[in-house]
Amino acid sequence: MKTLDLQELEKRFQEKVDKEIKIEPNDWMPDEYRKTLIRQISQHAHSEIVGMLPEGNWITRAPNLRRKAVLLAKVQDEAGHGLYLYSSVETLGADREATMDDLHSGKAKYSSIFNYPAVTWADIGTIGWLVDGAAIMNQVALCRCSYGPYARGMVKICKEESFHQRQGYESLVTLCNGTPAQKAMAQDAMNRFWWPALMMFGPSDADSPHSAQSMKWKIKRFSNDELRQSFVDATVPQAEILGLTIPDPNLKWNEERGHYDFSPINWDEFWQVVNGNGPCNKERIDARKKAKENGMWVREAAMAYAEKRAMKKTA
Amino acid sequence: MSNREWPLWEVFIRSKQGLNHKHVGSLRAPDATLALENARDVYTRRSEGISIWVVESNYVHASDPSDADSLFEPSDTKVYRHPTFYDVPDGVKHM
Repeated sequence: MKTLDLQELEKRFQEKVDKEIKIEPNDWMPDEYRKTLIRQISQHAHSEIVGMLPEGNWITRAPNLRRKAVLLAKVQDEAGHGLYLYSSVETLGADREATMDDLHSGKAKYSSIFNYPAVTWADIGTIGWLVDGAAIMNQVALCRCSYGPYARGMVKICKEESFHQRQGYESLVTLCNGTPAQKAMAQDAMNRFWWPALMMFGPSDADSPHSAQSMKWKIKRFSNDELRQSFVDATVPQAEILGLTIPDPNLKWNEERGHYDFSPINWDEFWQVVNGNGPCNKERIDARKKAKENGMWVREAAMAYAEKRAMKKTA
Repeated sequence: MSNREWPLWEVFIRSKQGLNHKHVGSLRAPDATLALENARDVYTRRSEGISIWVVESNYVHASDPSDADSLFEPSDTKVYRHPTFYDVPDGVKHM
């Protein structure tokens, strides 16, 4: 085999990416590309898993059997999405358990939105509509990511997520056509989730240091601000149909730009929540740690049983 | 604990009768029985399959991407293996 110098390998790698040829697990890739993907995919996986917590809390309190079955299916999907993503992060040579330990130690982040509590039933509909809606906007773009296993996982996730958004919206339609108290509950949820949902797209392009490299590697296809704008543009008419008011006095259609204008985001709040000081950060991590520790004996027993049976077979 | 981690399994699903099993992803499980059960929950929540194979990832041997040229290039140059390489006179039917 020819030995190639690093520069030549990097050049060939970039040519492949430019030609829209997917990168697969055993292909050569720059260390930094691998590291970026491990960070991004594992944090994406953690977000799916932590995202089960605020909603899981409402399964036993869903208002009827239909909503309960739907919520159960949605939370089960989130678990599945986490597992597709952990499986794709392992293709990069990362250790699944180690990535989870990074979550528990606070080294790895997850989507800041899940550090907000779901305090009323209307929050569940709003999470489906806005939070899953924002996630879809991000994930549809990731379906064309240059890394094959991540892109394939995203295709499957996007297909499943569209049910998540629609069930949330349907639940809000019901509340908004209900009693004044139900409508008020929906508006209150909107007031609390609107800004955190916009923050899900991450820092403004000017403050997003890795963005340019990720775009060049085609891990990312659109900038944070572009995706945020698309989300606002898609969501405002949906809010109008519900009869809900978006909590932003500066929100208005800009004919010239062909987009909605909106107020600047409170980035102090965003960084506070990302850095561990949101309303539920501690609760979420504690729940994950407890799940791992309390489930340890089950995993060990299953392994011991499998080993014992394997030994009996060979004996 | 790391040496006691559940092994990794590759999951293949037959989506319907008459089609091949196709690789869909992987998962961790202590043994084949639980790998099949987990695969059902993780990869077939929406009638994606009627049959599942699981193979412990350790047993998959893959060709090296850097050998791709020497392995596959020879077949690229043998266009005469394709029917379109051959000219036949106009008017010849059923060929």
